[in-house]
Amino acid sequence: MKRLIAVIAMALLPVAALASGAEVALEKANVDLHNEAAIQRGAKYFVNYCLGCHSAKYVRYKLFTKVGLTDDQIKQNLIFDGSKVHAHMTNAMSSEYAAEAFGAPAPDLTLEDRVRGADWVYTYLKSFYTDLGRPTGVNNTVFPNVGMPNVLWELEGIKDPVYRYEVLENGHVVAEFESEEEADAKAKTLEGDVRVEKVVDSFASRRPGKLTAGEFDQVARDLATYLAYIGEPVKLERQRLGVWVLLFLVIFTVLAYMMKKEWWKDVH
Amino acid sequence: MSSMMEWIDERFPLTKVWNEHLAQYYAPKNFNSWYFFGSLALLVLVNQIGTGVWLAMAYKPDATLAFGSVEYIMRDMDYGWLLRYMHSTGASAFFIVVYLHMFRGLMYGSYRKPRELLWIIGVIIYLAMMATAFFGYLLPWGQMSYWGAQVIVNLFSAVPVVGDDLSVWIRGDYVISDATLNRFFALHFLLPFILAALVFIHIVALHKVGSNNPDGIEIKKGPKGNKWSPDAPADGIPFHPYYTVKDIFGVGVFLILFCAVIFFLPDMGGLFLEPPNFEPANPLKTPEHIAPVWYFTPFYAMLRAVPPMFNSQFPGVLVMFAAILIMFFLPWLDRSPVKSIRYKGPLFKIALGIFAVTFVVLAYLGLQPATPAKTLLAQIFTALYFAFFLLMPLYSKIDKTKPVPERVTQ
Repeated sequence: MKRLIAVIAMALLPVAALASGAEVALEKANVDLHNEAAIQRGAKYFVNYCLGCHSAKYVRYKLFTKVGLTDDQIKQNLIFDGSKVHAHMTNAMSSEYAAEAFGAPAPDLTLEDRVRGADWVYTYLKSFYTDLGRPTGVNNTVFPNVGMPNVLWELEGIKDPVYRYEVLENGHVVAEFESEEEADAKAKTLEGDVRVEKVVDSFASRRPGKLTAGEFDQVARDLATYLAYIGEPVKLERQRLGVWVLLFLVIFTVLAYMMKKEWWKDVH
Repeated sequence: MSSMMEWIDERFPLTKVWNEHLAQYYAPKNFNSWYFFGSLALLVLVNQIGTGVWLAMAYKPDATLAFGSVEYIMRDMDYGWLLRYMHSTGASAFFIVVYLHMFRGLMYGSYRKPRELLWIIGVIIYLAMMATAFFGYLLPWGQMSYWGAQVIVNLFSAVPVVGDDLSVWIRGDYVISDATLNRFFALHFLLPFILAALVFIHIVALHKVGSNNPDGIEIKKGPKGNKWSPDAPADGIPFHPYYTVKDIFGVGVFLILFCAVIFFLPDMGGLFLEPPNFEPANPLKTPEHIAPVWYFTPFYAMLRAVPPMFNSQFPGVLVMFAAILIMFFLPWLDRSPVKSIRYKGPLFKIALGIFAVTFVVLAYLGLQPATPAKTLLAQIFTALYFAFFLLMPLYSKIDKTKPVPERVTQ
């Protein structure tokens, strides 16, 4: 019986590792879809830094008239290839070229927020670090060995990883050290299935970018907000409409209940 | 007006049908809230067909266009997002109300004589629903659509000897492809009409034998005569207007919940619309974790619980299908002298309670990646699932029952 209870308890624990690298705790993006300025800025960063490789091919530029931009503002600030405002946000990079250059075609980002969530996007954009073993010179803690270079490096600057060394015994972390030697020494004192894992603990700035850390956080948040917006542009309208629908239904249901009561008076 | 009705009635039995099935169909007067789910299931079916037909007007069953056409519906079509969310939420709502409808049947013995055929038609409806949902889930052509279909169709390849040919025949290709999508769309469009026909037959069978009730008493065998008719069962009331007005109230409550999901939580935290399905199908990229939609997961958990035998997954497939097919035999497994749980003894109550928990736990396990502990749990609960049915002749017979009253109670 004890064993059964233990088995049930273990099985009901939330699944920690869903995807590779998902163990990295995601930072809260705190996206606010009511913030039209953030969506506009996100759109600006997107067309400047992302659209060269990533498309948002289900989105029409015209969409941004719903967050306060005019057709002319869209043409002047967001469209660089002479597209019409009704055109979809596509780009000229073929998936064959992308696969050759980066190892994989750059995914369309229209629905990135719905696949991974805003917190993922936000943390991912902030988690590039120097790794000279990679073709792009960078790696990412949220998406290990990602093919994408750190396109925002100019703004963010260049970061080096600060490692920590985790000693694991039978799959559980028993100690953490700043140096590998200390970790190895500790590992030697343990029995069972022991290993030492090198984990990126934090980042250290090697070269500052054009923006401060706080300003760069805002850029990442703006991009996450923008992706959340284009992932489901109708979201706020849906919720606004929903309030009225529910209000109607509550009144309808109260009346229906009264009607039922009235009819059923003569059922005994 | 009445002369027009006469004109019609001479040519079509409109008044007769109206009376037989609504105004003079006498249903027991003691239905409780569990009896809402039949009419709600009908409502959701109408919702699915209505929204589905409109979605089909913009949807393209083509591997290169399908994903984009769904986004077209979501973004460019007026209120397309509403139609799509009504349809996707409706699919889950359909299973929720049908599971509750079936549970009602289990509680009050609605499968017992003379309602065996009614129950069997119901199980066929459930099978048709599952097939429809399975075909429909491929259509958005996202990663979960694709790999979910891959896993399910591969089950058929586990059939000995003909398995591989069978799965190729189902797919129309060696992998899930454009040919599969096209035929699944055709079948997804066809099946709801068969479903509607089955529902019609279900209601014809129901009105032949009459509705059961929470007391499990046959009102037709009781005293006759009520204020509407001297020949009608004394405990019966006309379905219309009494149950139509009651069901309208039930519809209101249901729609509040249904619309709350549609407008405020259409993906239900990844349960109704799964995040990986917002990524287009990619035959070269297997997702980390493939799970069917929640309403299939109890059976998926049972499939995974059975270890391969003789290098074959077939035993697991058999167990999964047996879990559904065993429902057909329910009317003959219950040996209790009484129908309703109200008069059944503690053994049946405990068994039904365990069964309900089992179903929910299996649904949860089917959503999770398999681990040794979870597989062991799934095995235990698979055994419990079958025990509910297979041991029923025993525990329902020796169970201590209470005397059933002559007349229905309020």
